[in-house]
Amino acid sequence: MDATIEKKYTFKDFASDQEVRWCPGCDDYVILRAMQKALPEMGVKKEDVVFISGIGCSSRFPYYMDTYGMHSIHGRAPAIATGTKLANPNLSVWVITGDGDSMAIGGNHFIHVLRRNVDLNIVLFNNEIYGLTKGQFSPTSLVGQKTKSSPYGNTQPPFSAGELAIGAQARFFARIGGNTPKEMTQIFIEAEKFEGTSLIEVMQNCPIFNDGCYNEFTDKAVREDKQLFVEHGKPMVFGKERDKGLVLKGLKLEVVTIGENGITEDDILVHDAKEQDPTLHQMLVRLHYPKVTGIIRSYNDVTFDERMNNQIKEVKMKSDFHYTDDLFFSGDTYEVK
Amino acid sequence: MTTIKTNHQPKTLHAVIIRFVGDSGDGMQLTGTQFSDTSAMFGNDIATFPNYPAEIRAPQGSLYGVSGFQVHIGSVEINTPGDEVDLLVAMNPAGLKTNLHAVKPGHTIIVDTDAFTKKNLDKAQYDTNPLEDGSLENYQVIEVAMTSLTKEALKDIEGLDNKSITRSKNMFALGMVYWMYNRSTDHTINFFEKKFSAKPELIEANIKVLNTGYYFAETLELIPNSYGVAPAKMAPGTYRIIMGNTATAWGFLAASEKSGLDLFLGSYPITPASDILHELAKHQHFGVKTFQAEDEIAGITSAIGASFAGNLAITTTSGPGLALKGEALGLAMMIEMPIVVVNVQRGGPSTGLPTKTEQSDLLQALYGRNGESPVIVIAASTPANCFDFAYQASKLTLEHMTPVVLLTDGYIANGSAPWRIKSVKDMPEIKTNITREYQEGWHPYDRDEETLARSWAIPGTPGLEHRVGGLEKDRVSGNVSYVPDNHEYMVKIRAEKIKRVQNAIPELKSEFVDEGELLVIGWGGTFGSLYSAIKDIREQGYDSIGLAHFNYINPLPKNTEEVLKRFKKIIVCELNNGQFAKVLKLNFNDFEILQFNKIQGLPFGNEELIQKFKQVLK
Repeated sequence: MDATIEKKYTFKDFASDQEVRWCPGCDDYVILRAMQKALPEMGVKKEDVVFISGIGCSSRFPYYMDTYGMHSIHGRAPAIATGTKLANPNLSVWVITGDGDSMAIGGNHFIHVLRRNVDLNIVLFNNEIYGLTKGQFSPTSLVGQKTKSSPYGNTQPPFSAGELAIGAQARFFARIGGNTPKEMTQIFIEAEKFEGTSLIEVMQNCPIFNDGCYNEFTDKAVREDKQLFVEHGKPMVFGKERDKGLVLKGLKLEVVTIGENGITEDDILVHDAKEQDPTLHQMLVRLHYPKVTGIIRSYNDVTFDERMNNQIKEVKMKSDFHYTDDLFFSGDTYEVK
Repeated sequence: MTTIKTNHQPKTLHAVIIRFVGDSGDGMQLTGTQFSDTSAMFGNDIATFPNYPAEIRAPQGSLYGVSGFQVHIGSVEINTPGDEVDLLVAMNPAGLKTNLHAVKPGHTIIVDTDAFTKKNLDKAQYDTNPLEDGSLENYQVIEVAMTSLTKEALKDIEGLDNKSITRSKNMFALGMVYWMYNRSTDHTINFFEKKFSAKPELIEANIKVLNTGYYFAETLELIPNSYGVAPAKMAPGTYRIIMGNTATAWGFLAASEKSGLDLFLGSYPITPASDILHELAKHQHFGVKTFQAEDEIAGITSAIGASFAGNLAITTTSGPGLALKGEALGLAMMIEMPIVVVNVQRGGPSTGLPTKTEQSDLLQALYGRNGESPVIVIAASTPANCFDFAYQASKLTLEHMTPVVLLTDGYIANGSAPWRIKSVKDMPEIKTNITREYQEGWHPYDRDEETLARSWAIPGTPGLEHRVGGLEKDRVSGNVSYVPDNHEYMVKIRAEKIKRVQNAIPELKSEFVDEGELLVIGWGGTFGSLYSAIKDIREQGYDSIGLAHFNYINPLPKNTEEVLKRFKKIIVCELNNGQFAKVLKLNFNDFEILQFNKIQGLPFGNEELIQKFKQVLK
């Protein structure tokens, strides 16, 4: 990031001239707008921003952004983005993917990009269904879910994106509802600031094939009671009355009510996103009630690109080889006259 | 340390083929490399080929644990490691058993008699000792108790363990061979002085054994004759011995320096291509980024990502890996991004014969993708020219903005030969198609009028923000387009772009004669075998035979048809079931095209080619 950027952008600077073609009412519109609003706040130059996507509804995203972009092939965006970031570490590289793209066909690249901790940002549009192929179950669909390819109910248990990611050593994991653009914008900004792979899972409603799949957490009427939006350094309190909170009982998280049974706010767990040990982060990710949103994990670690570039710098400094001639004419050569 | 001067007047030969064989742990690769390097420095032309077991640590003494190294040295031009050998050095019974068939009748075999124990004979499945049962009476067998002589030579050196002592017996064999072929021991002595500079006892031991072997051969009346191979007439210059895979890696280094673009390799280990990854991983001092990916697909896609960001990006693989990369290669073709895919071919299909050579990925390289997706396909033909074709692949991909598949194979990738070192200064210019700043009316799919290469706008450049992708693109703006006419136009322009590469590649030459009775056609790694066989058959009076060897396969050289026309008969020789023959038939239907195919995981033998050519010429 360059502190001397003079140009101030607005969200319009990041909108391309292409007509957006998602279904009416899709949360993808919310995500697009949140991103276009977040980018001017990030302090990056427009020409340094790259969006790389795979295949699926979500993956049309780069076409709608007036930045550099690549709409690639199914599941491979994390590997492409890794190459882009390694080639030019100054770029702000974003991967746009869906639940099928990242956790089915692209599962291998997804876990390895997280393991390596390449400094890029991944926005995972999780709608628990295959949209573009018109309604088959995905690796995050629920058991029993009736879809076009599971008319009698899905028999495959789902992945939890956060659990999988943290298991694959994700240093940054955030989850956010598809209908909370303000928080989403803020998380995008934080993700860009974070050095390392940032994964943002958006609970994205598909109004056509899986409408209402997140309603029990995301519906405006219940959201505050059913969601816990965590913030680093703050007690994990939720509820319309801000009277519910989390405590640790043995090896389980438990919901308690402040003011009942002698519980005060001091008893409530304080969120530490920066902790290296992911145990508590995993527990938060797994929790069904409340559904935990916000930045759950944000542990600072050396990035892969940094490690690689430092190694190259060091080798360059120590080496006598500066040009290929130095190598080609070194060692066992001989003259023919 | 005094070095030994040669002091005998050897009989002179034009060329000699020597094979060193023994157990995996006997140091045969080192022995062979030392002999070939010494011969090259003496001025011989050489060609070598290692042959080691697929098993990493095969059981000692077993037939499948035999490791071998063949070297062909000559005072004349040498084009192949050769077929039948003049001298076999066998360090154990298993080595003798598995290699005896390759020894020319009447020629010499040196054996370590100490290794011919009951136990080793059993492991090699010999019922009787071949040294005693008369089965070797057609050969000159030189029996030497190498292990005991080595032990005896080293008995006074302190600080050596038993293992180091027995392991140096390969130097005894090397010393003998050095004397027989009138070679100096200097190079090997220097080698040990450098290698073991921290362990003086090992330097002393190895040199002692080397010299002991050398003197032993000199003293021994048993050696029937000794040979000299005079220096070959080679173009003046500075040379080094290079392996095909190393030459490939270095060609990319040179192209990176010349083009001013950083080199990025995305790769997943696979036999026999991994050595390119190993070699490039050593050269971070040139800013090379090697990324060992999680799989073949990530190997190529990371390279596509790096190319998008403006690197010279490559990926390396072998047959099954190319299959996995197919979809991504189609993407690179569709978004018209520069990338080189190196396929070091091995025996297929499926896992096939990973350590053996074959040319059976040609059709996969040409057609192994969905949709109409032509790419440039070129092939290297010798270990040394892997350098030139890696360089050329980079130049073509950067100048024409389309992927290039570079085919080599296990035979030339692992083989080594002298390389007259090329400086980057002497390599042709590489002009990239990068657009560095915004100009009014710029579009990502603006094309160069001559080459049709599209403009390359790299992230980080203000004003050129644009999107690429696998969906069909509008011919100008690059936006997604489903317009029927546009799709047809784009399919045709991508094909035309490849066709126009014909203007950038050299014309096809026919070697030996411009017209005549028979045109032998080959491509890629078979050049040495075909060239030698034709040279030999011409000496037998068949002088109306020419060779057209292809390095450029898609597109074919412009004048291909003209060359074909000038011969009465055409035979395509390849190590597959007729893939290039199919390509020629598809392109030129006025010719009868004969085929000679070999699919045994082995290169062509000289004699089988000569027999075939004679039969065709009858």
